[in-house]
Amino acid sequence: MRALDFSYMLGLVPVLVSYIPLTLFMAGAGMVFALILASALAVERVVKVPVLDGLVVLFISFFRGTPLLVQLFLFYYGLPQVLSFLTQINGVTAAIMGLTLHFSAYMAESIRAAIAGVDRSQWEAAQSIGMTQAQMMRRIILPQAGRIAAPTLVNYFIDMIKGTSLAFTLGVTEMMGAAQKEAAGSFRYFEAFLVIAVLYWIIVEILSQGQKRLEIHLNKAYAR
Amino acid sequence: MIGIQGLTKRFGDTVVLDAIDLDIADGERVVVIGPSGTGKSTLLRCLNFLDAPQAGTIRIGDLTVDAAQATRQQILGLRRRTAFVFQNYALFANKTAKQNIMEALVTVQGRPVQEAEARATEILAQTGLADKAESYPAALSGGQQQRVGIGRAMALGADLMLFDEPTSALDPEWVGEVLDLMRQVAEQRQTMLIVTHEMQFAREIADRVVFMDGGRIVEQGPPSQVLDAPQDERLQRFLRRVG
Repeated sequence: MRALDFSYMLGLVPVLVSYIPLTLFMAGAGMVFALILASALAVERVVKVPVLDGLVVLFISFFRGTPLLVQLFLFYYGLPQVLSFLTQINGVTAAIMGLTLHFSAYMAESIRAAIAGVDRSQWEAAQSIGMTQAQMMRRIILPQAGRIAAPTLVNYFIDMIKGTSLAFTLGVTEMMGAAQKEAAGSFRYFEAFLVIAVLYWIIVEILSQGQKRLEIHLNKAYAR
Repeated sequence: MIGIQGLTKRFGDTVVLDAIDLDIADGERVVVIGPSGTGKSTLLRCLNFLDAPQAGTIRIGDLTVDAAQATRQQILGLRRRTAFVFQNYALFANKTAKQNIMEALVTVQGRPVQEAEARATEILAQTGLADKAESYPAALSGGQQQRVGIGRAMALGADLMLFDEPTSALDPEWVGEVLDLMRQVAEQRQTMLIVTHEMQFAREIADRVVFMDGGRIVEQGPPSQVLDAPQDERLQRFLRRVG
C-alpha cells in the first residue's frame, strides 16, 4: 500500500474542471430535448392516439428496458453501418441523442403520472371556458404536472449528468475520458478516479441545492 | 334564446336525464331545485359537454347541436357560449385571481393581454377583490375563490351562465357574499341557469323555478307558484323537507 499523492490530485483538479462545461453542455442539451420529447410522449400516453399509442409504448419499453451504454453503442457504432448519412455524426451529438432518447422514456412515465395527478377540476375548468386540448395541456395541465414531477425530473437530470461519463466510450474526451487519459499516463488510477468521483459528487450536490430552491419556487403559488 | 329538447343522459343503465325539454328566454333566470341525485348538475354539465349526453338537441344562440353526433367544433362552440361556475370553485391553481379571469380572454378569445387585464381588473373591483388580484387560489378563502370563479365566468360574456350549486361547498359565513355577487350578475340581465338548495335565494332571484325529480322536470313556473302553491306531491314533499 502506498500513500495518496495529494499534490498530483490537486494538479489534476484544474485539468478535469476544464471539462465540466462539456459535461454540463451534454447533460443540459440532453435534458432540454428529453423534456420536450418526454412531454410529447406523456401527453400522447394520456390522450392515447390510435396506432401512435402503440408505438409510444414500444419506444418507452425499449429505452427503459435496455442499458444506456448499449443504446449509445447502437447509435454511434451500429446505426451508421445501416444508415449511411449517420457516419457524419460526432461523439458528442451521438451522446446527446442517446441521453435524450434514454431519459425521455423514463421522464415520460413520470410526467404521465404527474398529469394524471392534476385534479379533475382543473381539466373541467379548462374545458368549461372553451379551451382546445392543446391549450388546456399547455396552459393549465402541464404547468401543474411539472410541479408535481419536478423532484423526479431533477433526479433524472442528475442521472443524466453522471450518464455523460459514458460518452468517453464514444471517443469523446469529456471529464471521464480526460481522467482516464491522465491516469493512463501517470499510472495513478486511484487518485485520478477519486478526483473525478469527487467532482461529479460536488456537481450533483450543487444541483441538489438548486433542486430545493426550485421546489420552493414552484410551490409558491400553492402556499396558504 | 336557449332551447333544450329531448336531452338524455345515461350512466350505464341508469337514466340520469330522461328526455329533458327546457327553453330559456334571453335574460331569464331559471333556478333548478330537486332532491340530490336527480340530474340537476348533470343537466348543467350536459349543456357544455362536461358530461356528454347521448341524445337530444341543444340550441344556444345561433348554434344548434345534435347531442348524438356532436363534433369537436360544436362542443367547443357550446363551451364558448356558456360559462360555468363550479361547486368546488375549480380555479386554475397555477394562476393568480387576475390571471384566472384573463385566461379565457387571452387564450380562447384571442384578445390582447392589455385589454384582458383591464377587463379582469374591472371585474375584480366588481367582485370586491381588487386587493386579491395577485393572490393565488390557495391563499384565498372559499368565498373569495368562488367570487373569482364567478368573475371568471362573467368575463366570458357568455350567452348563458351555468351555476352548479355554487354555495354548497362553502362555510356558512361565506354564502352571503357569493349570493350577493350572483344578485349583481342577475341585475345585468344575464341569462342564468342555477342549481341551488338556497330556497330563499331562489324565491328572490328566479323568474322561473324548475323542479326536477328522477331525471325529469316535474313542475315549473314562477317562484310564487312552484314554491308557495306546489301541485305535484313529490315537490310538496321536497319543499317540506328543505323547510
